[in-house]
Order: sequence, then C-alpha cells, then structure tokens
Amino acid sequence: MISVRNVSKRFGEQVVLQDVSLEIEPGLTTTIVGPSGVGKSVLLKLIMGIMTPEKGEVLIDGESITRARTEREKNRIRKHLGVLFQSAALFDSLSVYDNIAFPLIERGGYTREEVNERANKLITALSLRKHAQHFPEEISIGLRKRVGMARALITEPDVILFDEPNTGLDPLVGQEVYDLIKHCQDDWNFTGVVISHELPEVFQVSDKVVMLLHAQVIAEGTPQEFMDSANPEVQQFLHGRTDGPIKIQ
Amino acid sequence: MSVSQMSVVRSTEQLGKAVLDHTESWGRSWLFLFRTILAFFVPPFRLRLLLIQLYQIGVNSTVVVALIGLFTGAVLAVQAEYTLSKFGATAFTGSAVALSLIRELGPVLTALMVIGRAGSAITAEIGIMRITEQIDALRSMAVDPMKYLMVPRFIAGLIAMPLLTAIFICIGIGGGYVVGVGLLDLSSGTFLSQMTHAVGLVDVYSGIIKSIVFGFIFGWVSCYKGYTCGFGAVGVNKATTQSVVTSSVAVLVVDYFLTSILTRVLM
Ligand SMILES: Nc1ncnc2c1ncn2[C@@H]1O[C@H](COP(=O)(O)OP(=O)(O)OP(=O)(O)O)[C@@H](O)[C@H]1O
Ligand SMILES: [Mg+2]
Repeated sequence: MISVRNVSKRFGEQVVLQDVSLEIEPGLTTTIVGPSGVGKSVLLKLIMGIMTPEKGEVLIDGESITRARTEREKNRIRKHLGVLFQSAALFDSLSVYDNIAFPLIERGGYTREEVNERANKLITALSLRKHAQHFPEEISIGLRKRVGMARALITEPDVILFDEPNTGLDPLVGQEVYDLIKHCQDDWNFTGVVISHELPEVFQVSDKVVMLLHAQVIAEGTPQEFMDSANPEVQQFLHGRTDGPIKIQ
Repeated sequence: MSVSQMSVVRSTEQLGKAVLDHTESWGRSWLFLFRTILAFFVPPFRLRLLLIQLYQIGVNSTVVVALIGLFTGAVLAVQAEYTLSKFGATAFTGSAVALSLIRELGPVLTALMVIGRAGSAITAEIGIMRITEQIDALRSMAVDPMKYLMVPRFIAGLIAMPLLTAIFICIGIGGGYVVGVGLLDLSSGTFLSQMTHAVGLVDVYSGIIKSIVFGFIFGWVSCYKGYTCGFGAVGVNKATTQSVVTSSVAVLVVDYFLTSILTRVLM
C-alpha cells in the first residue's frame, strides 16, 4: 500500500534519512519507533508529500506522490490519507466541532446530517462532548490531540498516519485512543502508520514494528520478533536503558 | 593567498550569496503570485471566506481610515489656504484640497494605513499557521492553501482598498470644507464650485487605478511574507516587520511611476 523506496532527506548539513526503504502492508498497522529527532515525523511528511526527498520516492497504492508533478495530482493521492500531526495542527480559527467536520465538508458530497452524524460519533468515542464548541487554544494539549485524531478519522480514509497519538494523554484516555484505533481498524480496515514512544503499549495496535536509528531502518518485524530481537540497540531502546550502544544526543 | 586577498574573496562570496538569495526570493514571490492567480480560477469559489476577509480588511479599517481622512482634509485646507493666500488665490482652496486627496493622498495614505493595520495581521496570521503546521495540515487534506488562504485575502484587498480610499477622500473633502468654510471664512459657494470645476473624471480614474494597484501590492506582499515565514516567534516577528516595510516602500515607489505614467496617459 505504501512503499518508501531508497528515500534520503537532509536539512543543510544534517542527514535525517539515508536510503530508507520500507513496505507498509495494506490493511495492517505499522508502528515506527526510534529516538527523538531521528526523523520519524519527517518520514511521515515525506509520505504525505508535503516534504520532498533529495533521493528516492514514496508510492501510495502504486502511485508516486513524490514524482507527482502538480499539487493537484498530489491532492488526488492525498484524498486517501488521514493525518494526525504531532502538534495536532488544529485550525485555531475553527471550533473543535468545525475542526473535526472540516475534512468531510472540504471533500464535499455529504449532507449536513451525514457530517453531523459522523462528527458526533467521533466526539462521543473520544469523550469530547463537553468541548465541542471550544476553540483549540481554550483546551489542553491532550484534548487537542484527541480532536486531531477525530479529524484524521472522519473521512474514513484508506491510509491513516498517526504521529504520536498518545503523547500528552493520561493512561485512561490513552487506552481509549488505542481502542478507537482497533475499532476503526475492524470497521474499515485501513492501512495505518503509528509513530509512538509508548513501548510496549503501542504493540496492541501494531502488526509490524520498524525502528529508525542513525538515519536508517535498523530493525523490522512483528512486535514479538521486535521484543525478542538480539540487536542490542533494540533491547536498549525497548527497556529505556541509558547505558548501551545508543548515545542520547 | 594573503589576508587581504582572502578577505576580498570572502566579501565577493558574501555579495554573490546575497545577490543569489535575493534573486531567488524575488523569483519565488512571482511564482507565489502566479499560483495564487491560478488558484483563483479553479473552483470551488469560496464566497464565505471572501466575506470574512472583506470584513476583517475592509469593515474593520473603516473607522481609522475615516479618522485619518478627516484630519488629512482639514490640515490640507489650512495649508492650501496659507500657500494660496500668498498669491491672493484662496478661492482655489477647494480645488487644491480635492485634487491632492483624489490624485495622491487618498490612495497613498489609505494604502499605508491598511498595510499597517491589516497587512501586518495577515502576515502574522498566515505565518503562525505556517509554523504551527496548520498549512501542512491543509495540504495533507488535499486543500490548496493558495485557494483557501491566499485568494480570499487577495481579492478582499483588491475590493476593499478602492472602497476605503473613496471613504477617505469623501470624508477628507468634508474635513477640508468644514475647516475652509467654517474656520477660515472661505465662501462656501466658491469652495464647492472651484472644486467641481477643477476635478475631472481623469483625476478620479487615476485615484481608482492607484488604489487597485496598491490593493494588489498589499495582498501580494502580506500573503507572501506570511507564507514564507521562518521558525518561531522570531520568524513571525521578522516576517511581519518585513511585510509592512516592503509593502509601504513598494507603494511609495510604485506611486511615483504610476503618477508619471497616468499623468501622461490620461491627460
Ligand atoms: N523543516 C525543517 N527544517 C529543518 N530541519 C528540520 C525540519 N523538520 C525537521 N527537521 C530536523 O529533522 C530532524 C528530525 O526531526 P523529526 O521531527 O522527524 O524527529 P522525530 O523523530 O519526529 O522526533 P520526536 O520523537 O521528538 O518527534 C530533527 O533534527 C529536526 O531538527
Ligand atoms: Mg516527531
């Protein structure tokens, strides 16, 4: 469904991704882990085509979003995507409700009732009822994250990219978010990419785990394989030990 | 290489880099303009967003533009009466006030006012949307930021600027009349008849054309500076300052050339 092929990305002197290749299989959820600043969010932005790699390309459903010549062509591919940004990136001129309904209204072809029904379903599932009429700056970071989550899900897209869906959430709501991901997965079987630092909690929604380190993919496999990995870097990261081959930078 | 040779090489390098950077950003700004104009012609047409911007840029600037217009007209009357009295020609005070306002001060001062008030706001708003990834979010949802953010602001600037200029001029002439006739004891009949006699349609056209061009500069610079905003509060700060300075300078420079051309063409 998503193929990342030999992608390299740098900012000035700093090499963020070096020749990274990755197959994200359809209908499954792939979790990307790795230390802060390793380039996870950048990888997500390369997938949605809002950043361009120096080398390589990203294919979504066989179509290259990297090579698409016009923004219009890219938009045709992006119609299959739903994205939760790390910062939530809510529109601060719109209320919580309007933020959630926005992608559906923009897509067009839905009646007021349909929009209402879908938005309300997500508002209930994410316990946002009390805040529906608030504006983003009036609510906490954790709440904003949940609104971003609802906004990513409302179009029921084929591919959903979650950049740290759980950061800033308390354990109860965190579980609620995992439950929602599982529920939606059953509902319409999307292809998911989840970036997370929550190990091993995130494994309950992962079919596959990929670890990025030093601008490269250093480990790849099912959650079980990942936990049993003999790679000392993986073990150090998994158990959060400060001594080991990975140096905090 | 000696130290002085090295410093020459370094300065040349720096100069070259500065020239390249400027050329690049100049090219980018034209590309930005081109994309905005292209986006304008692609449906859907977002009337609601346009109305919101017309309100923000137009309606919200009315009071301050009217106030500046009133006092500009008033001070023009005092100055014109003083200058013209040296030639015994105070009868022409009305024409002097009206012509200066319509041809020059109306369009220019309104543009500077709107740039200071609304241009800085547009740059800051779009800049913050850029650094908080709201523009990225729009793109990820297949919504063209050119269409959604830039076009409404651009069009609103083009519509609001001439209208605000008209308000400025009308109130300015009113202010000039009150001071001239009320305080400086000029004859009301002379003031008005000389004014209507001196002002021709060409003067009005010239004022309208100028205000539309200034509206264009306003929209282009404020949107572009916001869109290319750097990181953090510092980035927004810099973009906003640059936006106001660039568009103000551009308005004054373009004003000179426009005046020269329009005076030739329309006369
Ligand atoms: N627009 C940009 N311009 C310059 N450098 C950037 C830009 N975006 C990201 N970077 C750099 O790329 C590197 C990777 O950033 P990224 O946000 O992908 O990290 P991450 O893996 O998501 O980390 P975290 O877990 O903390 O979110 C960072 O060093 C960052 O400074
Ligand atoms: Mg990140």
